[in-house]
Amino acid sequence: MIPWLNILLYLLLAPVVGGLLSGLDRIISARMQSRQGPPILQPFYDVSKLWQKQTLVVRSSQNFFIVVFLAAVIFTGGLFFSGSDLLLVVFGMTLAAVFFIMGAFKGSSPFSFIGAQRELIQVMAYEPMILLAAIGMYMATRSFQVAEIAGAGDHAAKVAGHTLPLVFALPGIFLGLLYMLIIKFRKSPFDLSSSHHAHQELVRGATTEFSGRGLALIEIAHWYESVLFLGWVYLFFATLPVLGIAVALLVFVLIILVDNVFARLKWQAALKSAWLVTLLLGFGNIVVLSLLR
Amino acid sequence: MELILALIALPLIAGLAMLAVRGNKLRAALLCAVVIPVGVASILLTAMDTPFTSSLVNLSGPAIHWSMFALEMLMGLFMAAVGVRYQRPLIYLLALSQVAILGWLEVNAHGAESAAGILYVDKLAVIMALINGAIGGGICLYALSYMKDYHEHDHKEVADRRPLFFALLLIFMGAMFGLVFSNNLSWLQFFWEITTLCSFLLIGYTQTPEAHKNALRALTMNLLGGLAFSLAILYLHRKNGPMDLQSLLASSKAIVLLPAALLAFAGITKAAQLPFSSWLLGAMVAPTPVSALLHSSTMVKAGVYMVLRLAPVLAGNSVGLIVAIIGSVTFVVGSLAATTQSDAKRVLAWSTIANLGLIVLCGGIGTPEAIWAGVLLIIFHALAKCLLFLCVGLVEHKTHSRDIDAMSGLVVRMPRVAILMLIGMAGMFLAPFGMLISKWAVLKAVIDQYPLLSVFIAFGGAATLYFWVKWMGKIVEVVGKPEPLRPELTWGQASILYGMAAATFATCMLFPLISWALVEPYLAELHLKSDLLSHGNLILVMLMMALILLFPLSFLYYGRGGTLSEPYLGGANVDAGPTFVGSAGVITTSATRGYYLHGILDERWLARCGEFACIALLALMILLAVTL
Repeated sequence: MIPWLNILLYLLLAPVVGGLLSGLDRIISARMQSRQGPPILQPFYDVSKLWQKQTLVVRSSQNFFIVVFLAAVIFTGGLFFSGSDLLLVVFGMTLAAVFFIMGAFKGSSPFSFIGAQRELIQVMAYEPMILLAAIGMYMATRSFQVAEIAGAGDHAAKVAGHTLPLVFALPGIFLGLLYMLIIKFRKSPFDLSSSHHAHQELVRGATTEFSGRGLALIEIAHWYESVLFLGWVYLFFATLPVLGIAVALLVFVLIILVDNVFARLKWQAALKSAWLVTLLLGFGNIVVLSLLR
Repeated sequence: MELILALIALPLIAGLAMLAVRGNKLRAALLCAVVIPVGVASILLTAMDTPFTSSLVNLSGPAIHWSMFALEMLMGLFMAAVGVRYQRPLIYLLALSQVAILGWLEVNAHGAESAAGILYVDKLAVIMALINGAIGGGICLYALSYMKDYHEHDHKEVADRRPLFFALLLIFMGAMFGLVFSNNLSWLQFFWEITTLCSFLLIGYTQTPEAHKNALRALTMNLLGGLAFSLAILYLHRKNGPMDLQSLLASSKAIVLLPAALLAFAGITKAAQLPFSSWLLGAMVAPTPVSALLHSSTMVKAGVYMVLRLAPVLAGNSVGLIVAIIGSVTFVVGSLAATTQSDAKRVLAWSTIANLGLIVLCGGIGTPEAIWAGVLLIIFHALAKCLLFLCVGLVEHKTHSRDIDAMSGLVVRMPRVAILMLIGMAGMFLAPFGMLISKWAVLKAVIDQYPLLSVFIAFGGAATLYFWVKWMGKIVEVVGKPEPLRPELTWGQASILYGMAAATFATCMLFPLISWALVEPYLAELHLKSDLLSHGNLILVMLMMALILLFPLSFLYYGRGGTLSEPYLGGANVDAGPTFVGSAGVITTSATRGYYLHGILDERWLARCGEFACIALLALMILLAVTL
């Protein structure tokens, strides 16, 4: 019964929470730049406005890719919040990303093409770390089921009879995952494929050729994705729910800070640094874990 | 058992007869008369009760024995002669030492082989036979029309040696049947050598200098594997060890570790693992059906078959671990190398090498989960890769280019082929289709046995995703208004390709059925029990598939998704093409090319590193097997 309730809550609440987070993002960013910023509900206004606008497409099928992209994101989030297999969640995220990229390719303009290519490089950059995170969680808890991982914590490390949160077994993986979140959220310095800020060589990158409802769907999918990713962060602290939510929010603010502090890097730097982080922090953590246990 | 013998003998005999057939019609008739019954028989075979062994006494009779020995000597001497003629000392040394070992064994071997042990049919053999009979047969039929075009239109400069070509295809097929059904090691080696010889002749078919060079390289590497094979037999003979595969797998580990390592070495050469990958990359000089055959149903599959066969012996020891590492290194290097290439066939070749690496990894791990994943990988890969090779061959034939960047707009120019390719590619890597299910299982198997190897799968998997999606994107991207190429497919090509695509699709949808009917019974035959995909996950995977299947349905809604407009090019668009008026009123044409990660990854450098690492690993493996 509980998984179904979780799925229902996710379906209904994730876009609300995601949208609010997106509004919060814009306010915090504005304050960091000494601006007032839009109201917190601005993302919802934007999407409803987009929904009423004329939908222009370059190719008839491009928006179908986006529909499947959104469906795959929702499905994957549902898997995660119902406590299913974490590897399946990783594959589902990849599937969703592939459909988004295919939609961008279908857009067929040079800017959309470059955006799609770069988004693909970003997926290649962060995917190994996400997979290693799932593997690390399995090694610490002997389960791939999100429900069991959330309930288990770090079995080997107990303090005064209390199970410590997973992050004590997986500190490297936690940090590595944070790095990948910046790439996944397309935040500066890794806003390579599509950026909220105007960039001459990129225009809007992967989303250049999307407008109206297509663009609205991409925005909604992004809300779902934000919640899903903060769910990953939460998982490291799941035995202490309040702390988990606090850390997830803190991570969100940290990513906004990084976004505002750093200038954009080249895709080569994104790929190299992400893989280096994966090897050092992610794989290093797994080596230590397999030596200790 | 008669059926098994017929499966081996019919293609071999028909292949010899094919040498004498000159007319196109007669050739087609003979080919169909062999390939269709063989294909049907290999499908029927799946319904048979297994395992069973040969009970025919006359199989071990002196007539068969001596003729096989004579043929083997002839093959060895022929290869040695090839080495002398092309001045490759390595080839004649390898071939002659193999002849010497076999001759010595013949003189010194005493006691008749037991008739019961010569052939052995279990579910793994049945699966391999099905792949060989159905997919290999499909490729043979496809080759009929392809080779006609090849000689009469596209490549008039190549000498028309079609009798030899089709003879080799059939002999190859027969040898592959023999290889998977043989239990006796000398029989196995006999068929093993036939496949080496056939692949050498097929790769060199066009007789260009490049073809000669690559064929000789393939021969050298496979002879090295062949030598390892005969050394394994020699060792077992000296130690009075078991001379058939089943007893080898069942006997105590101490005696069989070295022969198992040598046989795994032979399997690694044939499966084109690093450091032997270059022969498979070179094999694409041959006409497309040969590439399809080598990559999907025969040859390389013989190599991984051998490694998977040995899995029970390799499980949990250092030899198995090294085999697993070689597979993982090959997977990563192959996937990364594929991202740097724009030649479609080369990308396919690297991806084959990488996927075979995964299967070898499974064999090296040798746990029930790993074997399950490995067998499923063989099935999915054979189908999807065959489809992709044949499609790329068609695209090359029509557009005279196999550059991936030139495939832009293929979905409009050759819509049916493009969709077939997309099906093949989705089958190769995308969740929730076949290969991904197997990769998932591989990952789980790896984590439980050797968790550190999972890093190879993580990086290799990401690279795999990159080069496939990049290619898919190029196919669906449409710049300007490209014209469809007509005629796209002939009736014969269409029937084979649609059949392959339907089979790819069906295996993806019905993989639980395949697992239940063939793969799990095989594990049961090995007395292994495993808990594989749980019921709940299976349902989720099926849900995911249903989600993907919504996508084609959306085409019902085609054209109503929005108002069509021109793409943004950075200026005012001119015409419908990729041309625009840029700054200062200059008319500019935009063009896009994929990213090949130059400056970060380099194919030659990757291959060198992988080769050095794997040579060291192979040396370590043999050393460990000798000392342990």
